[in-house]
Parts: sequence; C-alpha cells; structure tokens
Amino acid sequence: MIPVEISDVKKSYGDLHAVDGVSFSVNEGEVFALLGPNGAGKTTLIEILEGLRKRDAGAVKVLGLDPWENSGVLHKRIGVIPQDFTFFDKANPREAVKYYADLFDVTVDPDATLKEVLLDDSARVLFENLSGGQKQKMGLALALVNNAELLFLDEPTTGLDPNARRAVWDVIRGLKSKGKTVILTTHYLDEAEQLSDRVAIMNHGHVVAMGTTEEIIETHGSGERLEIHGTEQLATYIKTHTKLNTEYNSKGIISIAIKHKEDALTALTAAEQSGLDWHDLHTRRDSLDDVFVKLVSGTIDEHGEIRAENTNNNSRDQRRR
Amino acid sequence: MPSARRVMSDLRVFGRGYLRNAAGLFFGLIFPVILILIFGAIFQSGFSGTITLYVQNHDTGPVSSSFTAALNSTGTVNLILVSNSENFSQYLSAHSASDGIIIPADFSADYAAHQPVNVTLYGNPSQSSSQIVSGTVAGVINGFNLYGSRAIIGVTQTTANSQVTKYIDFLVPGLIGFAILISPMFSLVNISSEYKRIKLFKQLSLTPLTKMEWLASKVLFYILLSSVSFLLMTAFGVVAFHAHVALSPWLIPFLVLGPMFFASLGMLVGTISKSTETASVVGNVITFPMMFLSGTFFPISLMPTYLQTFAHVLPLFYIIDGLNGVMIYSNYAQATIDLVVVAVITIVAFVAAARLFKWRED
Repeated sequence: MIPVEISDVKKSYGDLHAVDGVSFSVNEGEVFALLGPNGAGKTTLIEILEGLRKRDAGAVKVLGLDPWENSGVLHKRIGVIPQDFTFFDKANPREAVKYYADLFDVTVDPDATLKEVLLDDSARVLFENLSGGQKQKMGLALALVNNAELLFLDEPTTGLDPNARRAVWDVIRGLKSKGKTVILTTHYLDEAEQLSDRVAIMNHGHVVAMGTTEEIIETHGSGERLEIHGTEQLATYIKTHTKLNTEYNSKGIISIAIKHKEDALTALTAAEQSGLDWHDLHTRRDSLDDVFVKLVSGTIDEHGEIRAENTNNNSRDQRRR
Repeated sequence: MPSARRVMSDLRVFGRGYLRNAAGLFFGLIFPVILILIFGAIFQSGFSGTITLYVQNHDTGPVSSSFTAALNSTGTVNLILVSNSENFSQYLSAHSASDGIIIPADFSADYAAHQPVNVTLYGNPSQSSSQIVSGTVAGVINGFNLYGSRAIIGVTQTTANSQVTKYIDFLVPGLIGFAILISPMFSLVNISSEYKRIKLFKQLSLTPLTKMEWLASKVLFYILLSSVSFLLMTAFGVVAFHAHVALSPWLIPFLVLGPMFFASLGMLVGTISKSTETASVVGNVITFPMMFLSGTFFPISLMPTYLQTFAHVLPLFYIIDGLNGVMIYSNYAQATIDLVVVAVITIVAFVAAARLFKWRED
C-alpha cells in the first residue's frame, strides 16, 4: 500500500490559498521532506494529512483512509510531532511515555523508548527543565509509542542548536533504518538534503519542485558552470568568440555554462587567446540552495522567513563545498 | 467508547502535576484553611450589622404598628412580616432563621387598658445576633413601658431551633463553597485557554484520548480535591473553633456537583475566550462577585436586600445555601431545592462546555 497519496488538495482561509492544488505520493519506507519558507503551506498540508484540518477540495488517502473522516482510526496508526511540540510542564519524559502508552492502550518499556531517542539520561527531568533539543526528542519518543508505520515530523529541529539538530537527525535516520515512512517539514535545506529520499519544495501553497535533490538540481538548476575571475571585456570576448552562454557579475566573476567537456577547453582557449588577464578557475554546479533561491526567489533565514535576494549579490558567489 | 485507562492515566498525570506545583497546592488546599483560621479568629467574639427579624403581628391596633415602627427605627434589625397563617416556629426553621417576634392579638387593647401583655421573642441566647435582637427589643419595650409609667409589655423568650448557631458554623460551609468555587474555576479557565494557545489540545487530539475523557478526568480531580479540602476545613473549624456542623450523606451531591459545575464553567470561559488574557478577565468578572456575595464569609442575611436579591442569581449561592441547610439547620427541604438548582445548572454547563470545547479546528 502507498502510505500517502494526495491529489489536487486545496485549503483556503478567506482570500489566502494556504494549499493550492498539491499532488504527490509517498512510498513505503521513504523519508519525504516538505521544504519551504514560513507560510508556504507546509503545516496546513501536513495537518490535513494528519486529520487535524479539513481540506476544501482534492483527494487524500493516508494509510488508505480519509484522514478527516477516519481520524480516530488513523491516529492509532500514525505518530506525530506537531510544530512547537509541547507537554505538561510538571511531567517528565518517562511519565509522558507511560501516559501515551495508556492513551494508545499499548504496553511499552519507557526506558527503551527513551533510549531509542537518546533521552534515557533525562528520563526523570521535568518537561519544563528540558532543553529545546531534549523536548523535541521527547516528542519523537511519544510519536514512537504506538509503533506507527507512518510518522509526521513538523519542523522537528526548528530553533535547535546545531548539536541538538544533529542528535535529532540521528534519531530520524534510525527511524528510516527501521523501515518507517517519514514525512518531514523543514525550512532547513541541509536537513532536507541530509535526511530525505525525496523533497517537495513548496511556495505560496504550490509544490514548485519535487524529486530527489539530484533530480531537482538537474531539472531546475543551470547545470555545470565554469567560473573565472576577469574583466567584463574578457567576458564579452569569450561570448563573441565561442558562442558559449556567458554571464558577468559585479564581483568580477565570469560564469560560463558548460554543456560538454569540450566547452571548458573552448572557453579557456578563448580566454588565453584574448591576451587579457584571468585567474581563479573554478567549476561548480548549482546546489539545492541555488535552486531554492531561484524557485522561491529569495533565501531563507534561520526562522524560516524569506529574505529577498539582493540582485548584486546573487548566489553564484557561494562555492559548492 | 470512553476508556477508564485513559481517564485514570490523564487524571494521574494531571494530579501529579498539580501536586508538584506549590502555588496550586497552596490555593487549592492550604489557603481555604488559612481563611477558616483567620475569619474564625476575627469573628469568634460575634459580629455586627443589621439582623433580620421576622415579625408575626396578630394585633390590628395602632400600638403594634408604632411598636414595629420603633423596632425598625433602631437600625439594628431589619423587619420582615410573616403572614398570620404561618406556623411561626416552622417558618423560622424553613428560612434558616432563629430571630423572630410574635405580637399577640390583643396587644393594642391590652396596652390601652394597661393590662400586662407579652410578646414572644424567638432567638438563640448563645448567638450574638440573638443577643443584639433581644437587647434591641428590650430597649423598645422599655420605651413603651415608660409612656405608661408601668411595666405593661413583657417578653417571653423562646428558641426556634434547639441548635446553637455561631458565626463559625456559617463560616465552615461558606468557605467550603469558596474552595469549591476557586480551584476548579481558576484552574480550568487557565488551562483551557493556555492549552489552546500552546496547541496542546491539538496534540492530544492526535491520540485516542477524547475531549470528554479529558474533561471527565479534570472533573474527577476537582471532586477529589474539593473533598480533601472539605475534610481539612471541617476538621480545622471543629478543632480550632468548635464549629457545630452536621455531617450527612446529603453533602456528597454538593461536593460532586459543585466542582463539576465550576470546572465546566471554567472550561466554557477558557474555550470561548480568544486569548488567555481575555479568559482570565472574564473568569475574574464571574468569580469575584460570587466569591464575596454568595454567603462565603458571612450569611447573606447580613447583606442589604438588593445584594441578597443579586445573590440569588449567583450559582455559588445555591451550593452554600444547600451546604448551610445540611450542615447547620438539617433543613433538607431547603437543601433539596438548592440541589435541584445546582444539578440543573451543572448539566447545562457541562453539556455546553463539552459541546463548545474543540479538540481540532476545521
């Protein structure tokens, strides 16, 4: 069975089209990331899948069920960390896991569950005294209690420091290795790249790109480029003498699109022939960041807000690591 | 299907959280006991104010009119006329009152004829209000006797209840009512709006826990808390101030329905308020008048008439009135009426809270 299958899902709040015709399916055992800035519609969409919100239109099947109509049945079979996961201040992780076990009417070993999310060292610390990362791990532990086949993690690492993020990533990788299907929302590109098999980039309620990160870069990126430092005069020279697609930016970088290996030789030969000075040779491919900037027309800051791109400082300055 | 495992688990987590919270524990259990100790100590010596005095006047002559007018003008008693067809003693019991006076049929005639005549004064000699009434009546009679230069009017003292009622006897049920009000009300106003704000309800809706189970566990918790509070306050009232309170199974429905009502009301306020701040303001507007005007700190008979009328729209009034009926007067007719009122408003509040309270949004 395909765990999640949706087509043309729509949800509006007044004039705001939060989710505007989204279709995709998620395969068993896959980690699927919904990537996008705040307000892109990720949480609305994931909440529709969880049966927390009612869609206006479209078809939704989660584990073969209509999430809104069969939310009771569905909730027993999915695990969820909502955005801004929270719990009762005066309860500790151990008690929380036992509580969830009672609610789901299952038997679990709380210590084993907490070990699985690397939280066994803080099993008896009250929720109010846990760090942000520990709170998220506790959320993960609760999502595991009912041994769900499908997990929804809504921004599981937002607001965490790098170490805590990596710890949460380890837990998510562990879930994948156990064959769980995971749907993850994030506004961190590296998180999507690191964890997911496939990514859907959302913006303004639409999916603007979908596939593996490689596929997305392939489809929406501008391919391999050769970059050299030089003058605008040199850029013009290469363009006129080679007919290669050449761009020049204010930082003195000449960027040449390379379709075949020979194109690089042609470009460099032309540069030498020009007698003009050039230096700093690089080749680069668009990263997911570059593609994201193109698709969403901006970068995304750590709070998930879009920062519009400064036209003089485009992403080509960023070297691929 | 509601599940006992889920309700009990939620109750356990909530109760443990409550016990770990010093502020909750203080306001829920210790504060009401402190109030008993403070008010009990302050008013141990009695209280002052206007006392309601029931009058049954069998006389139709002019002297009894000027006699009651004179009583009224003292300012210490507030006269309420009782129809002559009533059995006066039973009437006083039914109104949970101990102070009354009967003016005989031939009062005016006897006074005019200088024949000795007695009014019958009901009261509790040991209760300070009755002492004040007795002193006031004696003063007025003295004045009338001075007119005639002879002791014409006399007083026959009697009591309506054999029981001796003191201020502390009112204070214990009053403050039990107070405790039944504040803990569930403030707590549910707060958590229902707060859980909504931090989206904890939404999170719980992703588990098999139902909103009815959640609400039931809160109601159960506050019934338990109110029962403990009831035992503590009664014990302190009895031990420290020798309060006379009757314990009867009749108390149980009040201790169950009271917390259930205020938990539901708090839930309702928290649910319909847009923000935590609004909820707390609305909660306070509802709670504070009730806290003082329902007979918590003193019997409402001491309040001006318009406030007494107002008290009758306050739900807590019926709980305290019922507790008074059971604990002080053993007046089960009164308690039954109160119980019916409390049961009806509790069902309405609980159903409304359960209906309007949303686990998830559309």
